Amino acid sequence: MEAILFMTFAAVAIGGAIGMVISRQAVTSAVNLIVVMFALAALFAMQDAHLIAALQVLVYAGAIMVLFLFVIMLLNVREKEGRATTRNSTWQIVAILGLTPVITPVMAFFSVADVAHAPEAPADFGTTAGVGKILYTSYLLPFEVASVLLLAALVGAVILTKTKLR
Amino acid sequence: MVITATFYLALSAILFVIGVVGVLTRRNVIVIMMSVELMLNAGNLAFITFARELNDMTGHVFVFMVMAVAAAEAAVGLAIVLAMFKNRETIDIDQIASLKG
Repeated sequence: MEAILFMTFAAVAIGGAIGMVISRQAVTSAVNLIVVMFALAALFAMQDAHLIAALQVLVYAGAIMVLFLFVIMLLNVREKEGRATTRNSTWQIVAILGLTPVITPVMAFFSVADVAHAPEAPADFGTTAGVGKILYTSYLLPFEVASVLLLAALVGAVILTKTKLR
Repeated sequence: MVITATFYLALSAILFVIGVVGVLTRRNVIVIMMSVELMLNAGNLAFITFARELNDMTGHVFVFMVMAVAAAEAAVGLAIVLAMFKNRETIDIDQIASLKG
């Protein structure tokens, strides 16, 4: 059962990612990336990362990709990537197929003890309670710094898009 | 067939490679930024996989931080794209080469 689910979501993620890279329209790319985000959220949930799976849908698919779509539609540029023809996408697929065998064994090499099943997770593993407990104790300072970073990004984005700087 | 951590890591590597190819081959700034988001997500998948393998939730905290930074990066990056489009009327990175030596 897990194998079927994994294969399904992995195929959806890879297909969506390739669709994002080779599609000519920016909007098509964005929608393909949203599909990848949902497939990855499912894969996170399969690995007991329940909070992160929910955040993936809310933050990535919900907020960040909507921001991308807003900007794409705001600019409304006709794609000048007319030269992203079939020849170009063929090269992209060739590059993907060529690079993947180089990187995949490196990742597999670093896989810890490749046991048949990961050890049984404790009951609160990956839940809001479990992650929140270490986020607000051991990692309280990075959490606060992240809020400062978000404030800086907010102010920066507003200043950058102002029509007139005085 | 038993799904081990290696499967997830291989998927993570494949997604990362697709993101790299996107950054290298596309000329549209927005699509390049989306490829960067894809690479960040591939990294997140590796974090989650190792967190599960080692039964250590620190990986989840890392993913949380990556998401916060990705949100900030997208906001500032898209603001820069907007400002650039206002000045140059283009988002093609081949046209934006004024810093080229």
